[in-house]
Amino acid sequence: MITEVSSIVFELGEGSMQRNPVEKLGETGLYMLQDLGRMGLYLWLALKGVFRRPFRFAEFMRQLHFIGSGSVVVIFFTAASTGMVLGLQGYYSLNKFGAEGMLGSAVALTLIMELGPVLTAIMVAGRAGSAMCAELGIMRISEQIDALDCMAVDPFRYLITPKFVAALVSIPLLTVLFDVVGIAGGYVAGVHLMGVNPGSYIEGMRSSVTNHDIWLGMVKSFVFALLVVWISTGRGYLVYQIRGAGFGAQSVSRVTTQAVVFSSISVLVFDYLLTAVLL
Amino acid sequence: MREIAIEFREVVKSFAKINGGKQVILDHVNFTIPVGKTTVIAGGSGQGKSVLLKLILGLMPLDSGRILVSGEDVTGVRGRQLERLRTRFGVLFQGAALFDSLTVYENVALPLRERSTKSEQDIREQVMAILTQLELTGHEEKFPAQLSGGMRKRVGLARALQLKPEIMLFDEPTTGLDPVMTQDIYNLFARTQEQVGYTAVIVSHDIPKVFNLADQVIVLNNGEVDVFDSPEAMQWSREPHIVEFVESTMGKIYQSHLVEQ
Repeated sequence: MITEVSSIVFELGEGSMQRNPVEKLGETGLYMLQDLGRMGLYLWLALKGVFRRPFRFAEFMRQLHFIGSGSVVVIFFTAASTGMVLGLQGYYSLNKFGAEGMLGSAVALTLIMELGPVLTAIMVAGRAGSAMCAELGIMRISEQIDALDCMAVDPFRYLITPKFVAALVSIPLLTVLFDVVGIAGGYVAGVHLMGVNPGSYIEGMRSSVTNHDIWLGMVKSFVFALLVVWISTGRGYLVYQIRGAGFGAQSVSRVTTQAVVFSSISVLVFDYLLTAVLL
Repeated sequence: MREIAIEFREVVKSFAKINGGKQVILDHVNFTIPVGKTTVIAGGSGQGKSVLLKLILGLMPLDSGRILVSGEDVTGVRGRQLERLRTRFGVLFQGAALFDSLTVYENVALPLRERSTKSEQDIREQVMAILTQLELTGHEEKFPAQLSGGMRKRVGLARALQLKPEIMLFDEPTTGLDPVMTQDIYNLFARTQEQVGYTAVIVSHDIPKVFNLADQVIVLNNGEVDVFDSPEAMQWSREPHIVEFVESTMGKIYQSHLVEQ
């Protein structure tokens, strides 16, 4: 198990205070490598848990409800406002070139390929990712995860895998919802408020969005889902092994913040990488 | 010759400090824990009492040495073998480690649901039987947050006993309980041990109360262990660190009384 991976006593004694900057840099680099290794091992065990039987279907449905259904309202409002802003902003820019007819195309492509997957993942990281991280962190500090280990119940199969599968199913579906609501929001702002021709909005969208664009958006969404659930649950599960997290309730609050920040940053970094590779 | 439940052979465990160096918790430690008896592990804070339990359960790796359970070398076992080893143990954690989102009934049923092939009806019968035995009937539908500290420990004990363990490990079982509740919990341990016949290993600060249960006492001190065949043998020891330990846990007056005797 992951608890076997490292046994390090973090001590900020005189020794560490007197280190020179190069030593501190090396120490930080080593810690980062070690942390990455732990997280990699954690991901491997979590994915392996998918194939361990019996699969906890009821828990999977509960997580699907929490991550998926529970995020619908947040995603709806985020998508509607994003789509409407895109409609207004797009109209303002395109109008300068007399190309308002391209509004549908611009809104749809922006949402399907970029903003839909990115904003959905970031919103889910903030809402469900933080909750999953805190839940596992509390279970770790109150020895509930150790108790599972001691009962010879695999914590990955029991706790982590249902969360992974639920996130991998629900985040792409939420992204589709985001795209649809966002495009509708753009339509309301562009057509009803700014007077763009409804036919050109729809037709522009239909003619410019290809299957490849939709596929790219879905691949991104799937990868972001994996990043969010991996980082969020991993930081909570490994709370004791994260340098500077401290102990008790404070450690859980720190790793929860870290989970949301790291998830969001990694989504943005991978967005660039995937766009560069797959576009 | 007495039967041995757990044996430590030349066990070394240390923790790396981030600023370099090592903190040795167990330094070439040897001892045995007899079958069916109660062994109390005592020692000051930070001496590695809980680490010792984690080593037995395979929750932490050893630096070197061997650990044998019923004569079988379990050092470094992994996977299915480790799972099989753990089903032989029951553990009562310091805070009981109950699952907050599950009711008392669901907590106690969990090991059976996950580790046995029993029908839901059989599980219900077994859970209700142990809840009755530990005087927890009427609390089945409560969540852990709705229980007192003593009741949480009872539920933790009920859960730990579900798979009929050969060895029960108790990690500071009476921390945070008042003296009456503490005595109550110790009586419960004695009763369940008599009924189930398990080997008990109790890590406790609760000296001298826990000595009423002890057949053997192991004192951890700066990486080394002292093993005593009875609490009385420990109290009569003239080793300076044991004298200091008896003084600090049982009082100076008691210690001077021993010296007079």
